[in-house]
Amino acid sequence: MSLTMEEQAKQVSVGSVNKVPMVKYTNVMKSFGDLEVLHGIDLEMQAGEKIALIGPSGSGKTTIGRMLMTLEEPTSGTIEVEGEHLWHVEKKGRLVRASEAHLHQMRTKIGMVFQHFNLFPHMKVLGNVTEAPRKVLGLSKEEANDRAIEMLRKVGLADKLDVYPAKLSGGQKQRVAIARALVMRPKVMVFDEVTSALDPELVGEVLAVIKEIAEEGEMAMMLITHEMDFAREVADRVIFGAEGHIVEQGPPEQIFENPQSERLQSFLKRIR
Amino acid sequence: MWDWDYALSILPRLLGALKVTLYATFWGFLLASVFGLLLAVLGRSRVKAIRMAVFGFVEFIRSTPLLVQLFFLFYSIPLLFGFSMTAFMTGVIGLGLHYSTYMSEVYRSGIDGVEKGQWEAARALNFSKARTWTSVVLPQALPPILPIMGNYLIVMFKETPLLAAITVVELLTTAKNINSMDWRPFEPYTIIGLLFLVISLLVSLLVGIMEKHLGKRHTR
Repeated sequence: MSLTMEEQAKQVSVGSVNKVPMVKYTNVMKSFGDLEVLHGIDLEMQAGEKIALIGPSGSGKTTIGRMLMTLEEPTSGTIEVEGEHLWHVEKKGRLVRASEAHLHQMRTKIGMVFQHFNLFPHMKVLGNVTEAPRKVLGLSKEEANDRAIEMLRKVGLADKLDVYPAKLSGGQKQRVAIARALVMRPKVMVFDEVTSALDPELVGEVLAVIKEIAEEGEMAMMLITHEMDFAREVADRVIFGAEGHIVEQGPPEQIFENPQSERLQSFLKRIR
Repeated sequence: MWDWDYALSILPRLLGALKVTLYATFWGFLLASVFGLLLAVLGRSRVKAIRMAVFGFVEFIRSTPLLVQLFFLFYSIPLLFGFSMTAFMTGVIGLGLHYSTYMSEVYRSGIDGVEKGQWEAARALNFSKARTWTSVVLPQALPPILPIMGNYLIVMFKETPLLAAITVVELLTTAKNINSMDWRPFEPYTIIGLLFLVISLLVSLLVGIMEKHLGKRHTR
């Protein structure tokens, strides 16, 4: 079987694109003071891949997400985004701590939704979503408004543009926060326990929005969550972490139906 | 004892001097507000040397009396650096620098009141440092502290008679001049006391209204 040059080139390029992961953690450790919360994490995410991080509280899964968003700096180890170091730059063959300018440039690819929403209380819903596109991306007011309204429509809140966050329910706040992060068009987005602060009856509307975004496909998603059914439904791969290690990972069916490690088995038993 | 005709006759002069007092208060407060904010922001710098410098400046200014600082600015600066400012300008700078250290503390309390999550959201949205301050932190930090700033304005207003010591012809100096000419202390000092009282009360009334208004703002 012979391939034309063009086809060969295409195969090679597709192959090499697949080889560069969206995100790659290499032996990442993190300590807070004397407490080591992550003991050498290795983790890869492919472009567009949806992973769920599950595990007991204190397992360090939130820290994994926060390091990607540059909110926490790894104590050692490296994180790469699309093959480029996030926290470091290479100088004379050695890795040195990157400047704020480098972090700023890398952050254009990354977004995050927080457990406690962190909406800007002094801005209306539309302002919350347009502030970054206007002031960071430099879009005109009209462009930013168009983009923001499109995103707010996606999360079902296009009728709340002129409302202050204080007037919204928790579920609505979190949906605005999702729109606010999406409007920056990141390539990978961290969802850090986004339903943990919500009243039970409001969890569904937020998960539905995230599921819809996941189905669109192109953005990689790191779902740090306690919602096992949700993880199972949305994630391509589930990662179980405990006590600062990644204990087990695999497709959702395997993780939930056929857990290998004792640690995961007992975790699943406890939460069911 | 109290002579109404005499009191009325010196009133225009005292009102003229009140203008000087009010200008000194206004410019001094403006300087204190701007410089105090700068101190508060620099006090949170990641560079330790900057933080230490701010800390040192604030401690130094607060641990020495305003009157001594005014004398130093007025008499020593010309000797040390070979240039002099008008007494009024010296007074404004003295008041401004002195109160900037207190204002920086007020700003600090406002800034500390902004939740950590707000800084994190700003970072996640890739705001620059400057943009984080102007778009996110200050709009939330300032409204709650406006009443406290208003109170400092009143305190500072009442401290302006210190400028008399460096020859600024403000209210107290004017009252003293009148007294030394006419030998009547009762009316001029009573009148300037009343002027201070009325204006302080007016400002504190405004601060009260502002406080009420702020309480009603979109609660979180």
